[in-house]
Amino acid sequence: MEDEETAVSSGPADLNHVDSPAAVLVVEGATKFFGPVKALVDGSITLYPGEAHALLGENGAGKSTLVKILAGVHDADGGRMTLDGQTVRFSNPIDAREAGVSVIYQEPTLFPDLSVAENIFMGRHPLRSGKRIDRAEMMRRSRDVFERLGVQMSPSRTARGLSVADQQIVEIAKAISFNAKIIIMDEPTAALTEVEVQRLFDVVATLRKEGAAIMFISHRLEEVFAMCQRVTIMRDGAFVRTSAIGDLTIDEVIYSMVGRDIVSLYGDHTRTPGLNVLEVEHLTREGVFTDISFNVRAGEIVGLAGLVGAGRTEVARGIFGIDRVDAGSVRVMGQNLKSGSPLAAMRAGIGFVPEDRRQQGLVMEMAIDRNASLASIHELSRFGLIRKSSERKLASEWAARLQLKFGRFSNPVKTLSGGNQQKVVLAKWLSRKPRLLIIDEPTRGIDIGTKAEVHRLLGELVEQGIAILMISSEMPEVLGVADRILVLHEGHLAGEFSREDADEASIMRAAAGQMKASAS
Amino acid sequence: MLTVTKPEVTMMPDVIEESRTIHSLLQSAMRWESGLVLLFVVSLIYGSSVSSYFFNVQTFFFAGLNFGEIAIMALPMTLIIITGEIDLSVGSMLGLSASILGYLFMHGWNIWLAMAICLIVGILGGALNGLLVTTFGLPSIAVTIGTLTLYRGIALIVLGSNTAVGFPASFTKISLPIGNTHIAYDFAIFVVLAIIFGVVLHMTPIGRSIYAIGLQGETAYFSGIRVKRIKFFLYVISGFLCAFAGLLYTFQQASSASDTGMGLELNVVAIALFGGVSIFGGRGTIFGVVLSVAIFASLQSSLTDVNVSAQVQSIVTGCLLLMSVLIPNAREGAGRFRAQLRRRTSGVS
Repeated sequence: MEDEETAVSSGPADLNHVDSPAAVLVVEGATKFFGPVKALVDGSITLYPGEAHALLGENGAGKSTLVKILAGVHDADGGRMTLDGQTVRFSNPIDAREAGVSVIYQEPTLFPDLSVAENIFMGRHPLRSGKRIDRAEMMRRSRDVFERLGVQMSPSRTARGLSVADQQIVEIAKAISFNAKIIIMDEPTAALTEVEVQRLFDVVATLRKEGAAIMFISHRLEEVFAMCQRVTIMRDGAFVRTSAIGDLTIDEVIYSMVGRDIVSLYGDHTRTPGLNVLEVEHLTREGVFTDISFNVRAGEIVGLAGLVGAGRTEVARGIFGIDRVDAGSVRVMGQNLKSGSPLAAMRAGIGFVPEDRRQQGLVMEMAIDRNASLASIHELSRFGLIRKSSERKLASEWAARLQLKFGRFSNPVKTLSGGNQQKVVLAKWLSRKPRLLIIDEPTRGIDIGTKAEVHRLLGELVEQGIAILMISSEMPEVLGVADRILVLHEGHLAGEFSREDADEASIMRAAAGQMKASAS
Repeated sequence: MLTVTKPEVTMMPDVIEESRTIHSLLQSAMRWESGLVLLFVVSLIYGSSVSSYFFNVQTFFFAGLNFGEIAIMALPMTLIIITGEIDLSVGSMLGLSASILGYLFMHGWNIWLAMAICLIVGILGGALNGLLVTTFGLPSIAVTIGTLTLYRGIALIVLGSNTAVGFPASFTKISLPIGNTHIAYDFAIFVVLAIIFGVVLHMTPIGRSIYAIGLQGETAYFSGIRVKRIKFFLYVISGFLCAFAGLLYTFQQASSASDTGMGLELNVVAIALFGGVSIFGGRGTIFGVVLSVAIFASLQSSLTDVNVSAQVQSIVTGCLLLMSVLIPNAREGAGRFRAQLRRRTSGVS
């Protein structure tokens, strides 16, 4: 504790000394690969006691991977991590916690039926003789912690019914009771009201005064500027810069997060779209998305951008009939579509490649050819029996077109790589000759080579007159592939950009709710 | 890329691919079933060694006698378990059908009409199960334990402690073999139904959907498969066939009471699981279940021949069932162990 207190006075004030011995945590060049996917190429960050440090980057920039390495969820493949000057390595979350690193997630997971105090001391209750839990001691210590934080909360109430903000406070209390030196907050304010955000800021200020280092991840740049002293920016899995917050403007931060001209990578293309294939009008699902209206024409790719949780996937699910919508209409080729029926959507000519391949796109244990034919089994049948030869023909035809790499068609689809699995999902829908393909995160978890193949395929499909609605969290993908970009912010359409007008900064601004819907 | 430019990797001659597929298909499908075939042969050898009557055609085909109802109910149960659900109300449904038949017959109803009412009750009972599981999204194990008690309770109210007897001889004759053959009625009915169920499960879109639902329900739904509707109809079919089994049982025994078929649900589930149907859904074949029926039937018949008591028989049944759960697990465990060993040795070298 004494060390940390001296550090409070010297550390943050002396930010230019990157190698200052007062740094509590230094990560240098951390790497992490998932198969061929580089999730983190150069994760680097230095934290001082008593500072609030923002970690910024687009979706997929490697922030979460870095956090998970710090939290002991992932083991880094390379790089160096020192804590209080000593090299450390966390092989599990318990290691990390014991070393003083605590992570507060966006949606904490408390035991709802246990008291707040029991949640704080779960697994390490103070004991009396005979290994009995010392409830009085537990309550007393909990009350102490809340007092230190300046928060009103009864340690004896059950966790059930606590607001997300209060649950976060409980998690923070837990972290403090562990004497956490580093508290990482992963988008803590996403689900908070303004009052609650203010309270969180006060708590963070208290924690800083006590010498903890706070790492703060948020997409809300105003909050970052209001709360943090320093900022580290990442892009494409790599460290870009660390600066004092006063040295940067919001535009400079966005530029650093975006930082390159990607459009050229995808080649230039102008298409002349045909008739409306999909018309969505005033589509609303209470509490999820509101009054969404747009159209997709034959021969164009419309990108749906926005932050995680903005409601992009939910809109797609509403169109395809996975979820029932509360109001509004969906028309395909001028025909109204029945709400809440995937089968009706399929018959109208929609195909849906979902975000979660393993849970929604494929039957992992089922054979490759059977997965490819799963959406067309009725069409492949004669006299009620599936014609195996037609099924096999469908599979081999699409395997050739999509250059699927596989062993045998009868192998379970789980034996394929991520990219080839995605090709099977594509085959499943393309073999139905859809008029509209909705594709959610087309290249998530796919190696670079296959990614380019998928992008080229999407291009070829629209040339043939298919309409495509593509959801993507990867800005370069949206900008490079889409002809028109819609941006969602908290369930509302927050902007529409043509390919020519779109750039990363303006889309980011719209996605962060910094721009009023003008085009739509 | 969309034009046909077949790259080398996928240029696998179709013939080779086809035969390979059949090979691997056989390999994967036959592994558990081949064990069952072996076991069936063993049980036949054992049966013939302990009893000189065993291979007498009459005994052999009568083996089905105490078993036909269970076997018939095991078919829809197989499909339901493959979708990842279960129906524990089958024994009670059989009892309810038998009780209603007895009650109506005793009250002078036309026997055909009474049978029709029983089958309709079966359909309604199955529909109730299906409705609670699909529309209300309740767990099937809880729902069908509830209806297990409910249907048995109704049977008790209908028939009380009475035993209905005196059914027409033209119906009770089904306890004898068909015409001049040596084939029992319920055995024949089971064979016909097993073929129908086998075709549906293994060759039709419905069957394919059933597997997809059991393996990955969400993907099935996302692929346009009407998950709830299929589950609902499976429960309806189960209710119908259980009611039908109730009629068969009544005529074979020439009597019915409200406790008819008590506890049969466990035998039915046991038969399905022993036949290689995974309790977690997504796996199992009708062929396996048919073999399982054959093994249980021949074992029961030979054990009865040598005067093994019913209690000991149920111990044998229980052990077989445990085996059916343990062996696949042990195989998987052994595979993991081998893989671990490989990793370790390669790490050392």
